[in-house]
Amino acid sequence: MKFVDEYRDEKLAQNIINKISRMLTRNWVIMEVCGGQTHAIVKYGLDQIFPKQMELVHGPGCPVCVTPLEMIDKALAIAEREEVIFCSFGDMMRVPGSRADLLQVKARGGDVRIVYSPMDALKLARENPDKKVVFFAVGFETTAPANAMAVWKAKEDGIQNFSMLVSHVLVPPAMTAILDSPGNRVQGFLAAGHVCTVMGTWEYEPIAVAYKVPIVPSGFEPLDILEGIMMLVRQLEAGKAEVENQYTRIVTREGNALAQEKISAVFEVCDRQWRGIGEIPQSGLRLKEEFKAFDAAMVFETRAIQTEEPSLCISGEILQGLKKPGDCPAFGVQCTPENPLGATMVSSEGTCAAFYQYGRHQNQELTGAK
Amino acid sequence: MCLSVPGRILDITEEDGFKMGKVDFSGVIKRICLQYVPDIQVGEYALVHVGFAIARVDEKEAAKTLQLLRELDEMQDEPDGESSS
Repeated sequence: MKFVDEYRDEKLAQNIINKISRMLTRNWVIMEVCGGQTHAIVKYGLDQIFPKQMELVHGPGCPVCVTPLEMIDKALAIAEREEVIFCSFGDMMRVPGSRADLLQVKARGGDVRIVYSPMDALKLARENPDKKVVFFAVGFETTAPANAMAVWKAKEDGIQNFSMLVSHVLVPPAMTAILDSPGNRVQGFLAAGHVCTVMGTWEYEPIAVAYKVPIVPSGFEPLDILEGIMMLVRQLEAGKAEVENQYTRIVTREGNALAQEKISAVFEVCDRQWRGIGEIPQSGLRLKEEFKAFDAAMVFETRAIQTEEPSLCISGEILQGLKKPGDCPAFGVQCTPENPLGATMVSSEGTCAAFYQYGRHQNQELTGAK
Repeated sequence: MCLSVPGRILDITEEDGFKMGKVDFSGVIKRICLQYVPDIQVGEYALVHVGFAIARVDEKEAAKTLQLLRELDEMQDEPDGESSS
């Protein structure tokens, strides 16, 4: 595939690794923000090929993982209703709520459907006027333009049997929450490339300045990630803290203005709970007042559903880069992708699930601090 | 979750007030909403996420990145660190 395959060149990768190794004069801790990057890093073993001064820690970057248990329980309650067709991206289907997941609701007769796009859910609403079609709107800034467009179009076309259960989260507030945490070890960030496609890189400039951390938005192929790490190490070694774009074939400083406009037209910023972390102020999106008729949480009255997060697992510390999967005695034993105990195991992009999928639970060297 | 894939624009049409297009992902062809990339042309590549093109892939920048990485390669073929002059 063009713009993908050429960024997997093994020889070029080895050369970047050598270059990084020669640049290192002291210890650095770098966090990749996005779950897609975590997945690629673990898949290609990129975290295991550097000298021990270079430590990669894995960030909170998977909206599936950080969707609160309470929101999943609300989704399940709505999906169980007879008049509802509940639509979701495939990766939310197996995420466990307190008592079941969406696939189990489907198995018991609920009309739960996997869709490729929120526009598919809108199409289902047009085709099934006697049903209420609900779309589970989970995602980072990358997914917000699509979800915003679906709600905007529903309003414009007067489609009244369509609504969204919105659990959108924003990346920059999560990064500052990590930097503000008392045990923070992160000294540089690989920022999430596709989030920046939409929002641009300008949002990160104040963070780089205020916290004196270099931030490099990068792509998702091995060469992208390695080049991003090289840019970070070069800045760290030179005492710089700037936003530097690795993903120039896709990302611009301004981002996609039309997409940002549509997001602001439909959504507004709100406080949001993150599974495993807790509430982060101003870290989510909710529908604006004029789109409230499309808010499934209002349409179906779900306020009574309140769920406490169990404190069984250490995913909160993993999401903040304070611990790694091997530090958890339950990892790969009681906690597996089939039976996840918490946020980082529930989606394939979660750190624990990525470590499990690529066999790290069978490895002696699982762990923690180098 | 943020998985997005580059695909080549095969045609551009107007549908229900939306700019839409057929996009080729290495042989898999899908109809994609092009509303957020109004200037894109047939033959160009777009980055696509959940049915929406969210960016045009800049071929010049793509080539530049690879070229820079190859030059890194050439630099490394020379003696490292101290000069052997």
